[in-house]
Amino acid sequence: MQIPVEGFMYPNEVELQWSVLIVLYPFLTGLVAGAFILASLERVFRVEAVKPTYRLALLTALAFLIVAPLPLQLHLGHPERSFEMYLTPHASSAMAMFGFVYLWYLLAVLVLEIWLDYRHDIVVLSQTTTGWRRLLYRMLTLGSTNVSARSLAIDERVGWIVTVIGIPSAFLLHGYVGFIFGSIKANPWWSSPLMPVVFIFSAMVSGIATVMLLYMLLSRLRGEPIDMRCVDTVAKYLFYTFIIDFSLEMLDLIHRIYEADESFRSLDFMVHTKLYFPHIVVQILLGTVTPIVLLALTQVVKLSETLRKRIYVVAGTLTLVGIFAMRWNVVIGGQLFSKSFLGYTTYKMAFATREGLLTAIVLSILPFVFLWILVKLLPPWPERHAMPATAGD
Amino acid sequence: MTRRQLLILLPAAAVAWEHILAGTPEASPNYTMSEHWWGMLMDITKCIGCGSCVRACQLENHVPDGYYRTWVERYQVMDWTVETPHVDSPDGGKNGFPPPKEVGGKNFFVPKMCNQCADSPCTQVCPVGATFVTPDGVVLVDQKYCLGCRYCVQACPYGCRFINPATETANKCTLCYHRITKGLTTACCEVCPTGTRQLADLKNPKDPIHEFLKTHSVQVLKPHLATKSKCFYYGLDGSVR
Repeated sequence: MQIPVEGFMYPNEVELQWSVLIVLYPFLTGLVAGAFILASLERVFRVEAVKPTYRLALLTALAFLIVAPLPLQLHLGHPERSFEMYLTPHASSAMAMFGFVYLWYLLAVLVLEIWLDYRHDIVVLSQTTTGWRRLLYRMLTLGSTNVSARSLAIDERVGWIVTVIGIPSAFLLHGYVGFIFGSIKANPWWSSPLMPVVFIFSAMVSGIATVMLLYMLLSRLRGEPIDMRCVDTVAKYLFYTFIIDFSLEMLDLIHRIYEADESFRSLDFMVHTKLYFPHIVVQILLGTVTPIVLLALTQVVKLSETLRKRIYVVAGTLTLVGIFAMRWNVVIGGQLFSKSFLGYTTYKMAFATREGLLTAIVLSILPFVFLWILVKLLPPWPERHAMPATAGD
Repeated sequence: MTRRQLLILLPAAAVAWEHILAGTPEASPNYTMSEHWWGMLMDITKCIGCGSCVRACQLENHVPDGYYRTWVERYQVMDWTVETPHVDSPDGGKNGFPPPKEVGGKNFFVPKMCNQCADSPCTQVCPVGATFVTPDGVVLVDQKYCLGCRYCVQACPYGCRFINPATETANKCTLCYHRITKGLTTACCEVCPTGTRQLADLKNPKDPIHEFLKTHSVQVLKPHLATKSKCFYYGLDGSVR
């Protein structure tokens, strides 16, 4: 397949190394980190208004975290060797820490917190369900069936500590992904100390937006009224976080434009040509400025409940489109120009290949499948607490 | 040690042995790594862009078509385009170059290859240490250990790495390690008709590189990236990227 090239590329640069799957990876981990931060609002910072989203946020984070390493595995030339990162990690490599950060976050933070929070429910379900469900819930209790008030108080206390540890861990999980890109001095599009910070805030934005949309969608599907106090608060945090995220990105942009180093001409040309649509139109105008304006409107103007709901849905959806475009522009954009700054290549996405569009679509749907299973097994709805006997039905 | 302990330990030792061996270059008798520190000298003023080096490298190292362990770039610099020269390298310059589209300006050829950096960014980022610097200063890739994650390809500032489609692992110039450890020179140096490329042993006091470096102005590519490149260029124009 002939790849169109403009100007001069070093001969080995013509073919892009990191595909749409590597775009998906920071997008998925970002949702994990963001959803967890939202959950911690209620648990640690005692923002009671967002309580209806607490468990859903945790399950969403877990569903996305399970899928997060899959695009990486599929992308590797030798996925069967990936365990070598655990056996002989190279201490100087940012990527070598992936496995450890991932496992820490998955097992020491997320699974533990979910288990502690759901332990009472699991014990009740193990006693009220039958058949394979009973067996499953009994296994999930891990033999810990004491649901006395004192025991639950310990769960609560330990869960709080885990969440406190989880907040920096969530920052680590996604900040580290930003560092993977930001520490590549060979690539001026990536090389920036702001990259991990921008990644963290964009992660929070995407995670909050996802949980907000999921909460509204699931409430509607269940025929339950949407808790507007909750959604308004979530939207408020989304707005504030988005402002910080956008400011950081603009700071990076202004710094680059003002400094205008040797790479600037090349990057500027790219932003005005190949990246114009995904960067200027989709990421900045459609995916950032528009949702910020919409969310700002809900903060300063008194709008009806229906209108607010509609605005949140539109703003949340555009936010996710914008954050995905941001990941795309970082990963793909960073490979479109030559390190000689004298030319540009083209990304040709295949369809039904290991790293093609179809794989990316399947991997994007997969977290929702896992979430559906998790929601079925561990219902996050508060009313189910009151009716444990029907919880497993 | 009991028989039970031995049975448990043996498979573990077998697994560990593979990792101990990883990062060990091909053995060569009568060669002491600590006595050498390899680099390369490129005299740009001598390069005629014949592409012999590219062809020799491809044959010697079984480099797949469309990928390059070494290549030659042609620069055409007009008086007013020092920062934006016209550069081309059709098929890596393997079969020479067609006449330039535009006549005039300053024209010259620049051979490129792995710079065998002492502080190589590719080695730094490899998550499993499959890329490593040998004690004699050559950056190599353990093909049986590389994951094919491509992080090293991204990290190389000079575009010297690629993923070999046959092995799905990172590939690059080895400075013909299989040859130089046997007292031979590299394939590209061997065939260069003008002596543009000269293998240099910086630890050998008798190597002519020392006299050359004392008496000539040489540069490395992208010195601001501080990779401690050991590929020295004589006659390097400021327009070269």
